[in-house]
Amino acid sequence: MIYLDNAATSFPKPAAVCDAMTAFALEIGANPGRSGHRLSVDAGRVIYETREAIASLFNMPDPLRVLFASNATGGLNQALLGFLRPGDRVVTSGMEHNSVMRPLRALESDGVRVCVVPSSPEGVLDPDDLRRMLREKTDMVVVNHGSNVNGCMQMIRELGAIARRAGALFLVDAAQTAGCVDIEMERDNIDLLAFTGHKALFGPQGTGGLVAGERVPLERMRPLIYGGTGSRSEFETQPEFPPDRYESGTPNTIGIAGLGGGVRFILETGMAEIRRHEDELAAALVDGLGSIDGVRLYAAPPERRLSTVSFTSEALSPSELGLCLDEEFDILCRVGLHCSPAAHASLGSFPEGTIRFSAGYFTTSDEISAAIDAVRALVRKGDRA
Amino acid sequence: MNEDQCVVLFHSTSLALRGEKLCREEKILVKLIPVPRRLSSDCGVCLRFPCVEEERLRSVFAAKALEFDDIVRL
Repeated sequence: MIYLDNAATSFPKPAAVCDAMTAFALEIGANPGRSGHRLSVDAGRVIYETREAIASLFNMPDPLRVLFASNATGGLNQALLGFLRPGDRVVTSGMEHNSVMRPLRALESDGVRVCVVPSSPEGVLDPDDLRRMLREKTDMVVVNHGSNVNGCMQMIRELGAIARRAGALFLVDAAQTAGCVDIEMERDNIDLLAFTGHKALFGPQGTGGLVAGERVPLERMRPLIYGGTGSRSEFETQPEFPPDRYESGTPNTIGIAGLGGGVRFILETGMAEIRRHEDELAAALVDGLGSIDGVRLYAAPPERRLSTVSFTSEALSPSELGLCLDEEFDILCRVGLHCSPAAHASLGSFPEGTIRFSAGYFTTSDEISAAIDAVRALVRKGDRA
Repeated sequence: MNEDQCVVLFHSTSLALRGEKLCREEKILVKLIPVPRRLSSDCGVCLRFPCVEEERLRSVFAAKALEFDDIVRL
């Protein structure tokens, strides 16, 4: 089997992830921060250590401003719905996932002004276009760091500087990049960073969250969920300090234990090594698929791409091609719109969608070659049919 | 050496765990214990340390802007 759906969920996971989850299940198991006993403290420590590992990965000084949620969607919703009020203005790119566009459209119906800066046909948001859009007072800029459709990465440091200069908070959707691209909160001018655990951070599904930079006025970010936190229990009002204010209810401790294992694997392996391998895979994918007659690639510029590529074929629809790859070649990938109609519209692949290959750190060059050969064979066969 | 023990009370377990970590980095002998009933009705944990370390502990927390509720002698 060849697994090329890492942009949806990374697989396989490093052994450290499964080990951390097994250790929690067998040896700790208790509710974190709810009781004073030893196992409860150990469970709290597992979560704290993962918080710290994530803070260290993004060079964030205060780990308590790492707020856990179920995924990047949870983190994005917390930032968008937590901050934006009727009359506010928010600017975004043409490459966003529905995890951004749907909350924005819901906010729009409540009176928030939503402005989209069009992206290039390769998926790039031009900083000058953003600057022009920010001549009017803007409260927040939200940008997808790396596209889940064609792997195109944005110049976040430059975009963040422009957003901050205009007095807007800069929110980055790092669902595709957290764990495989070097990201630093302050250096990259990021105020809010939404991340998910189950992709390049190698954690299990159901983990993720939001990192809130030091200059973010958290007193203005309302929680989305209220409830028990194990702290300040004598009061019926929500605690006002992070992370408790945003983390009501018993968390996914076993998942967060696994996420901690994933982040430590990344810190030990080194981001440069991960990037080097994935850049090689990206180049092999683009060169190989691009050399097949009748295949159209929706490629990102070479200097700013992840190991995720989208393509279509003249001979077969994305769904036919995806099914044949699965049934005849044991190759698992994803077809369709990838929850990102806006990005497909920018790239010119809406509404038909594309077929997407997304490699990860554990994908090998041989697997990429085999997948390219399979596409070549199917497209040739489809042409004859 | 003065063996008197004190505790730092925090708003939350996350803060207490951060406090534990910062103290260990500075080699201040600390232990997380359940909050004594007479100090708070809350269900959390607090950080026990030798009272002689109070000034050092306060400066470590101040340097890292770590908030705490109170310091109490046991």
